[in-house]
Amino acid sequence: MNLREIRDILEATVLTGEDLLDREPSSACGSDLLSDVLAFTKENSLLLTGLTNSQVIRTAEMSDLIAIVFVRGKKPDASTVELASLKKIPLLATPLPMYESCGRLYLKGLRGCSES
Amino acid sequence: MAHNTPLIKIERKISGGDFQSAGDISSEVKKILQQAGFSPAFNRRVVIAVYEAEMNVVIHAYQGVFLTEIYPDRVYVVIDDEGPGIPDLELAFQEGYSTAPPHIREMGFGAGYGLSNMKKCSDRLQISTEMGKGTKVEMEFFLEPSKGGKSS
Repeated sequence: MNLREIRDILEATVLTGEDLLDREPSSACGSDLLSDVLAFTKENSLLLTGLTNSQVIRTAEMSDLIAIVFVRGKKPDASTVELASLKKIPLLATPLPMYESCGRLYLKGLRGCSES
Repeated sequence: MAHNTPLIKIERKISGGDFQSAGDISSEVKKILQQAGFSPAFNRRVVIAVYEAEMNVVIHAYQGVFLTEIYPDRVYVVIDDEGPGIPDLELAFQEGYSTAPPHIREMGFGAGYGLSNMKKCSDRLQISTEMGKGTKVEMEFFLEPSKGGKSS
């Protein structure tokens, strides 16, 4: 499943990285704790989160994550989007809450970090 | 002999409380490691540990100095801060234990995995701390599992 399909499943908008939507995450993680993301995610994963500060981008950069989805209508500020653009980390924003977002992707076959 | 001379050495200042620049050093280290041609898996564990350590200084300390030496077979990192120190080091290593204030937790940090994650990612971790003075974190990462490096 690539990011373009993920965008459609989550009815999401792309905030940056429109040219990188062919990327395919190998697993996904839903978390509002960056400490957990740093400790437990695998590389090439998709992160779903309600956090929108710039450290989310940093965490994705350090952990080699493939993209970030902001859930429940949250949107980062312009400088955070710019940082993601610089680091080539696509950002998606969905109006769906965390549980529904994760559930939709899981049903379509995108597994969690502990399963991949 | 060549193994005793670092290929690259960088030293940077870290400012406590500066969340705007937090992560800049880890980002620079990642770029350097990629350019040095190490494997993505090796770079990932170095960079995650460095980022955890950098964030610890930004969150808990007043200021700090970051130094890294990159050798052909290993990476050495030291982060020396001026700060409150760690009252109970054993407790600080316990997963889930954190002294981070609420505004840090709102950012997504302070879950109490920092030190244990640094231990997990590095091949050697040494912490010395003095109350009211600061904390010094030394880490070493070996490229080859035969020399003590982790396989991933």
